[in-house]
Amino acid sequence: MAIKVLVPTPLQKFTKDQAVIECEGTTIDDLLTGLETQFPGIKARLCDDEGKLRRFINFYVNSEDIRFLEGQDTKLKEGDEVSIVPAVAGG
Amino acid sequence: MTQALESLTHPQTQTRTPETAATFTGLRCKECGAEYEAKALHVCELCFGPLEVMYDYSTLSQVVTRKRIEAGPKSIWRYRPFLPVTSDTPIDVGTGMTPLLKANRLARRLGIKNLYIKNDAVNMPTLSFKDRVVSVALTRAQELGFTTVSCASTGNLANSTAAIAAHAGLDCCVFIPADLEAGKVLGTLIYSPTVMAVQGNYDQVNRLCSEVANTHGWGFVNINLRPYYSEGSKTLGFEVAEQLGWQLPDHIVAPLASGSLFGKIYKGFNEFVKVGLVEEKAVRFSGAQAEGCSPIAQAFEEGRDFVTPVKPNTIAKSIAIGNPADGVYALDIARKTNGNIEAVNDTEIVEGIKLLAETEGIFTETAGGTTIAVLKKLVEAGKIDPDETTVAYITGNGLKTQEAVQGVIGEPLTIDPKLDSFERALDRARTLERLDWQQTLV
Repeated sequence: MAIKVLVPTPLQKFTKDQAVIECEGTTIDDLLTGLETQFPGIKARLCDDEGKLRRFINFYVNSEDIRFLEGQDTKLKEGDEVSIVPAVAGG
Repeated sequence: MTQALESLTHPQTQTRTPETAATFTGLRCKECGAEYEAKALHVCELCFGPLEVMYDYSTLSQVVTRKRIEAGPKSIWRYRPFLPVTSDTPIDVGTGMTPLLKANRLARRLGIKNLYIKNDAVNMPTLSFKDRVVSVALTRAQELGFTTVSCASTGNLANSTAAIAAHAGLDCCVFIPADLEAGKVLGTLIYSPTVMAVQGNYDQVNRLCSEVANTHGWGFVNINLRPYYSEGSKTLGFEVAEQLGWQLPDHIVAPLASGSLFGKIYKGFNEFVKVGLVEEKAVRFSGAQAEGCSPIAQAFEEGRDFVTPVKPNTIAKSIAIGNPADGVYALDIARKTNGNIEAVNDTEIVEGIKLLAETEGIFTETAGGTTIAVLKKLVEAGKIDPDETTVAYITGNGLKTQEAVQGVIGEPLTIDPKLDSFERALDRARTLERLDWQQTLV
């Protein structure tokens, strides 16, 4: 199933400068595997050696932070939008 | 891959005086140490850690002296060698050098002896500490060639970005949560930026802005200009040290939103020690949050070294950041300096606003009320030594958040233009609790 993924600037060198891509996945973990297949090297930037998302990375599914959902087990469905956002300073 | 640093070049570098020479050398990841050129970058490409400005401290220590700083402008730019700009003419709108007030009446009320208020409620031009960070960010934005600047804001930053962009002649588009206090919205619109009121909380505004920053090539002060922007907060440390007679306090209490301000005050004190402007001293750092948005206080209380995001629900909107980017660093600083992080509820925040106003004549906004309420709580818990020189940072002005205190501070006594009406009213005022006035026909 196709998931729309918004890619932050620091990762766009992996996606040939594309800010929006489509990828397959039924969960966030699954999507990370799909991203790695499609864009080799990208997963190591997003996750630590144990496969956990790095602490300064935020993942959102349809605008909701996955930490308020089921984390990396959050389920995805056709048409969902996943946004990858680095942490931002205060305002 | 770590990038090779290119030297910072500027047409006038060769002819500069020591005071105006570039003293920063690039950016470095706070997590993994990877180094980058001093461009509009804010996260590490390797690990997504935040990037921080690097300085050449050996050059800095030769350039700065107390005398040179004291002879500098009465603004943050007296500390220019410690700020990441190369321009000979940084944007100076009179920001900084706000009063450090000896707060004797508040201290007596609380039961401590040496309390100071660093009063950024009167910072210029928009009455919050954000003018410091924005002055630095927009100066750097111009150096990097941006013609449009932007921000994700809880209100104060929007005021400041719009005002200083207007002064500098930069196009401006700011993003705020749609439910902000009226004073903060009006105090932004008046400068004629484009204002996007986002139907969501600040964390959602942040996410949207990160996505916009990816695609529009604008200078977002707290996103792609963040390493430069955040350095402006160091001046809150520098000024306190200078105003205390070139010495550090024993204890500081500051509000915590993203946690950035806390870390930069800490860095400011350390830089002054590093270059020999003040003597080294152990300064305790205590942070203040609102219970309705206290992810850092919760992590502190539970002994965690990670911060779990929360959904904000508090009147203290200016510090309502549920996903604080620098929260882990704030936790670390509070712990290693033997400080504390506490949270107070909305009622206590309003009481804090009133207490500061009644004792010191300073009308602060909800963030300042949070700081004063936490200060009180720390004193009552014996976590502030009565003899410590303690500085409480007041970062914003109460005129912007009038909604917070409406209905809880009473009303004026309405009288006829006659002496006997005045006398009856005065008698009422002296015999009734202030809040009873409004229910009493005078």
